Amino acid sequence: MTARVGVVTFPGSLDDRDAARAVRIAGAEPVALWHDTADLQGVDAVVLPGGFSYGDYLRCGAIARFAPIMSELVPAAASGALPVLGICNGFQILCESHLLPGALTRNRSLHFLNRDVTLRVEATGTAWTNRYTAGQDIRIVLKSGEGNYVADPATLDELERSGRVVARYADGAPNGAQRDIAGVANEHGNVVGLMPHPEHAVEALTGPSTDGLGFFASVLAHLADGSPMRAGAAG
Amino acid sequence: MARVVVDVMLKPEILDPQGQAIVGACGRLGFDGVAQVRQGKRFEVEVDGEVDDVRLAEIRRLAETLLANPVIEDFALRVE
Repeated sequence: MTARVGVVTFPGSLDDRDAARAVRIAGAEPVALWHDTADLQGVDAVVLPGGFSYGDYLRCGAIARFAPIMSELVPAAASGALPVLGICNGFQILCESHLLPGALTRNRSLHFLNRDVTLRVEATGTAWTNRYTAGQDIRIVLKSGEGNYVADPATLDELERSGRVVARYADGAPNGAQRDIAGVANEHGNVVGLMPHPEHAVEALTGPSTDGLGFFASVLAHLADGSPMRAGAAG
Repeated sequence: MARVVVDVMLKPEILDPQGQAIVGACGRLGFDGVAQVRQGKRFEVEVDGEVDDVRLAEIRRLAETLLANPVIEDFALRVE
């Protein structure tokens, strides 16, 4: 049976179509989910796409966190059952929802950054990264104004100790992110947030590589496998 | 009508690049002696009737739920 992967559209989402396209290219059926409807339509996994939900008013992701669909998504994700990938604004929404630790703040340079970056994948035991090898370099695009990942030192230590740093900027964080962190996972490994955009790197024609496809292939492998996952490099 | 003011500031340990940019501008404009600027947000919450303890507790909950992100920000309330 083809896996069904939901992509949530909030007012101001930009990358929902690219995310749905990436899901399709990976071999799953994308399901359009609407922020204002508290119904996950029985999907097997969810992508929270990039963009500027609610115009980034108040703080990035702060309003989207309270959208009706989040009342369904948050408990399903927090329990470890529902795989959720938050990309860019989606990552910000996951942090605001407290599904992931830390927060994303203004880039240190104050400039919006739009460039290809090399990421080093670390945690390969998550639902979204099991098709990568630990230490693998991937090249995908970063495009954000508030991608500076911050958390208190104890939280950062715990993320590193428990293998929940999903990826780091291999050449240093251009946005000032602490410890060069580009993505993190929750303790179950089903929820992953990533600042750069794997959904824009799934076809040679339009992306810097096809390295991003692995995130979407990973969740399909995870769903097909059905085995319990955990965060950590040894998955 | 009463007004509750909620001031939200980045925690001291969180980098504030906007504040740093303002310090840089101060120097260029000849405002000497400005050692540091931290930029925050001010919310003016207007409520019907008096602000009693129950109402204030409610607005405090609003502040910690929505107006501020306690992971990176502190907030303070006062009735005006």
